Amino acid sequence: MKLIIFAGPPTCGKTTVIRQVIRRMLKKGHKPAYLKIDVLYADEDKIISEEFGIPAKKLYSGELCPDHCNVVVMDEAVEWAEKSGSDFLFVETAGLCLRCSPYIENSLGVVVLEATSGMNLPYKIGPMLTLADIAVITKIDLISQAEREVFRYRVIEAAKEITVVESNALYGIGIDPIVKHIERSGEIEQPMFLRGNPPVGTCTICVGKKEIGAKNHFGVLRTMEHDLFYIGE
Amino acid sequence: MDIQSICVMGGTGKTGEPEKVERFELNMGDIISIVGPTGCGKTTLINDIELFANRNTPSNRLVMINGEPISEDFTFDPRKHPIALISQHTNFLSDLPVGEFLKIHAKVRGGDNPEQMIGETLEFANQLTGEAIITTTGMTELSGGQTRSLLIADAVIIGNSPIILLDEIENAGIHRSRALELLKQFKKIFVFVTHDPHIALLSDYRIIMKNGSMEKLICTNPAERKVAGELGKIDNLMLNFRTYIRSGQEISEKMMAEQMETLKLTN
Repeated sequence: MKLIIFAGPPTCGKTTVIRQVIRRMLKKGHKPAYLKIDVLYADEDKIISEEFGIPAKKLYSGELCPDHCNVVVMDEAVEWAEKSGSDFLFVETAGLCLRCSPYIENSLGVVVLEATSGMNLPYKIGPMLTLADIAVITKIDLISQAEREVFRYRVIEAAKEITVVESNALYGIGIDPIVKHIERSGEIEQPMFLRGNPPVGTCTICVGKKEIGAKNHFGVLRTMEHDLFYIGE
Repeated sequence: MDIQSICVMGGTGKTGEPEKVERFELNMGDIISIVGPTGCGKTTLINDIELFANRNTPSNRLVMINGEPISEDFTFDPRKHPIALISQHTNFLSDLPVGEFLKIHAKVRGGDNPEQMIGETLEFANQLTGEAIITTTGMTELSGGQTRSLLIADAVIIGNSPIILLDEIENAGIHRSRALELLKQFKKIFVFVTHDPHIALLSDYRIIMKNGSMEKLICTNPAERKVAGELGKIDNLMLNFRTYIRSGQEISEKMMAEQMETLKLTN
């Protein structure tokens, strides 16, 4: 199983990029599954399952921090994708908090950034960008060649090792390089660990327990099937 | 990649019929205009060029560089992208002052002397605008005309792109004949999408578009070049009146008579 985690500020074009990627993956004979994690509302799972007929699911993190939700359910999510006969799991995160990153070791972390979002964005979003493997810059048709080049430079300055892909996802431009990276990415290894170090905090993940799965945590939790519950003293 | 020529092989129009213009080729220094009524596919043609269409766009056109198609897998180093497209709706969105933006862009493009490049860029741009662009102004505070002028100047000088596509620059309120004059000093391939007869006749070639299809290719003949000169005078007349009006003068019949005299046109 290959795990591809997409993060990025809301409305930056994550779903559009994922749809174009899934379309090409299917043409190449891959079997992708899709999981959307959002806070209050999402209909992307329906859109994706209707468009492509692939296993698709959504989870509302609700009262939980969405990245926290991501951590406590990802083991089950991988199991679900395996059971549904998929070989790739695409996870689209809500991308709200900029202190943690949702990427897991041995997954492929993809951050999606809008070219129109201002030259300081790369410096503002922290680990969501710096711990990602690929930065996809979307909506490049809306800005000039000169600004594209400067924005790209700022992204690389914030995250030196990152691979930058520029894309106009609406028209499917710049998608093939992303697909290539996804195909080349490694298999997920169990047990899974969160990439990077979370910020100082008071929940199990915030204090540094990086093991994936609700069974490894206490406090306020949830699973794929069960809404919030509490484990602990 | 060292670009010497670009060649566009026709595909199909909106009706699915093959295009009448089967191919056209441009060498460094050539200027071509794309003309035709709105909705006829002018912008689609320059988009095909920008994307190095490889029979993979709706028009099914093929674009070749130095006689070779560009494969879908080939990606240019984005810092050295050979094509700059200045579109009708291109606006600056970046929250940086002009000077800093140009400095970073010059750094990205790796010029030897960034300060000189910035100076030249501003000098070029300011010849096209009404009010001069100042380096401390925020990019987003520039007017439409200043923005377009700076985009053109940046693409030519800092970007030094060998192929520059300009979509309806006449709409931007800049000094367009001056722009063309300045651009002609650079040995690049310029593609103008235009409704302006003066720009069309100052070009070396023009392509007439109809229904999504390249209908006709005309090489500007000597008679047309003469007419272009006359149209330039009319253009200047309009610009002179624009200057009068902008500077708060009242317009008199005498002014008109004087201007008509300089035109040396018989009514």
